[in-house]
Amino acid sequence: MPSVKSKARQVALCGLLVALAFILSYVEALVPINLGIPGVKLGLANLVVLIALYTLDLRWAFTISVVRIVLAGLTFGGLFSMLYSLAGGLLSFVVMALLSRKNLLGTVGVSICGGVAHNIGQLLMAMLVLETGSVWYYFPVLLISGSVAGVLISLLGGWMTGRVRKFLSR
Amino acid sequence: MGEKKLVRRRDLILLAVLLLIGAVMLGYWMLRPADLNGVAEVSVDGKVVMELPLKTDTEVVIDGYGGGEHPLVIQDGKADMVSASCPDGICVRHRAISADGESIICLPNRVVVTIRGGEEGVVDAVG
Repeated sequence: MPSVKSKARQVALCGLLVALAFILSYVEALVPINLGIPGVKLGLANLVVLIALYTLDLRWAFTISVVRIVLAGLTFGGLFSMLYSLAGGLLSFVVMALLSRKNLLGTVGVSICGGVAHNIGQLLMAMLVLETGSVWYYFPVLLISGSVAGVLISLLGGWMTGRVRKFLSR
Repeated sequence: MGEKKLVRRRDLILLAVLLLIGAVMLGYWMLRPADLNGVAEVSVDGKVVMELPLKTDTEVVIDGYGGGEHPLVIQDGKADMVSASCPDGICVRHRAISADGESIICLPNRVVVTIRGGEEGVVDAVG
């Protein structure tokens, strides 16, 4: 894909993606998954981060990742859930940014690692807040759910970028 | 996405490995025997507030951080969160716990119930 050079275009795309991530966080807040384990979710908004990683500069992708967490946290989650989202979101971003720049894995693999990293980041934050290692009891379920979420998000992302490629690359 | 491949063989191997690791660990937890001498350790915001032996049937109310209430029932050697006044109700959906290390966690109210095993080597003398 030809790189998108114009700054105005990058800013516009960035704004669009933040708005999309925001809406996706809202959709996810409407239909919560409750399996008895905190942290099990699809992470629809990560779809946007994944798309940004593959279509924009790293710093734009990073900005989108942080801005959408702060926005969604303030609107739907509250400050504490924002802390968990930040821990997960930042770790997940670092892992996906590194992997997407290397030719190690396909997009699905990158997204899987991102999903698992997200859950590990949240467990680390929970360990800090609750001051207990007991939270790692949830690790097996979160490992599985993170992997599955990663697969679904990347497939959605692949399908979506296929649809909007014309716009993204023009 | 872009010029890179969406799915590669490695991705599938990675997925299979992660799922397998998860399943094995999950199986380990599911198959652990209940700890008859176990204690349900309740902590709120990092501080242990109660230790309840699983042997004794009881019902207590845990006061969560910020005022939420969590009734905890201990029955037949298992600890279960039966209701809660937290926003998500995730801890209530968790199954009853009875094996060493199992936990029920409520993030919003910072309540953690963890089973701690009884002393090792102490054979329960019946009678």
